[in-house]
Amino acid sequence: MTNPTTVERKSDREIVVTRTFDAPARIVFDAWTKPEMFKRWWAPKSIGMAILSCEMDVRTGGKYRLEFGQDPSSSWAFFGKYIEVIPNSRLVWTNDESDEGAVTTVTFEEKGGQTLLTLSELYPSKEAFEAEHGAEDALPEQFEQLDELLASLSAGQP
Amino acid sequence: MVQHSTAHLDASFAALSDATRRGVLEQLGRSDASITDLADKFHMTLTGMKKHVGVLEQAGLVATEKVGRVRTCRLGPRRLAEETAWIEEYRQLWASRFDELDKVVEELKEKEKLS
Repeated sequence: MTNPTTVERKSDREIVVTRTFDAPARIVFDAWTKPEMFKRWWAPKSIGMAILSCEMDVRTGGKYRLEFGQDPSSSWAFFGKYIEVIPNSRLVWTNDESDEGAVTTVTFEEKGGQTLLTLSELYPSKEAFEAEHGAEDALPEQFEQLDELLASLSAGQP
Repeated sequence: MVQHSTAHLDASFAALSDATRRGVLEQLGRSDASITDLADKFHMTLTGMKKHVGVLEQAGLVATEKVGRVRTCRLGPRRLAEETAWIEEYRQLWASRFDELDKVVEELKEKEKLS
């Protein structure tokens, strides 16, 4: 059994993801901030893209750069800088690949040996949020998935 | 274009949180129906069904139209579908990342125990 991942739309420019891990905060923080660990989970097979390279200078003011793709000629990159780093507790970084990228904040709260992880993406405006997450990007397969979801709701399943 | 207002999402999810209302949506997916039809189908009073339909209508999931003395219900604009689709997609991305992260975390825990 894995712990549930929940998503909440906090405002018209912020979305928040929460998840509990059965480990102390220092371990979850390590897995998040060491490139060789990070590479193993950030791009799961189901998202259909592989990490080509990953550079992370995890300290306040440090930069990161993630490259995805099949080979360097057709790769694309996500990059930005860490604007706040508190070991085992808090990470804040910018997403500079787009002009109006979000600021991402991750907090690690340890309670009784477990860690509650909260990730927030805060966009500079409602328009920027919609440019990134808007339904105009929705693909037919997403609707198929939704149909399945609604079908399971109708069937009275949780 | 689609409005992603929190109030609207709240209304949508609240509307879907009730088994009768989900049943009504399923029923209307098959055919339009009057409030009287729906009340009969779900063994409810007319007043009770009116309330449920009101909640669904508020969320944009159902549209109603009064012709003569009969109020007919049909599925509303698909606004909710579009909104929940991207949120569910987004949630699944993070859920699959975090399931992989679990594995890395377990491995680190084991290593820590051994050292």
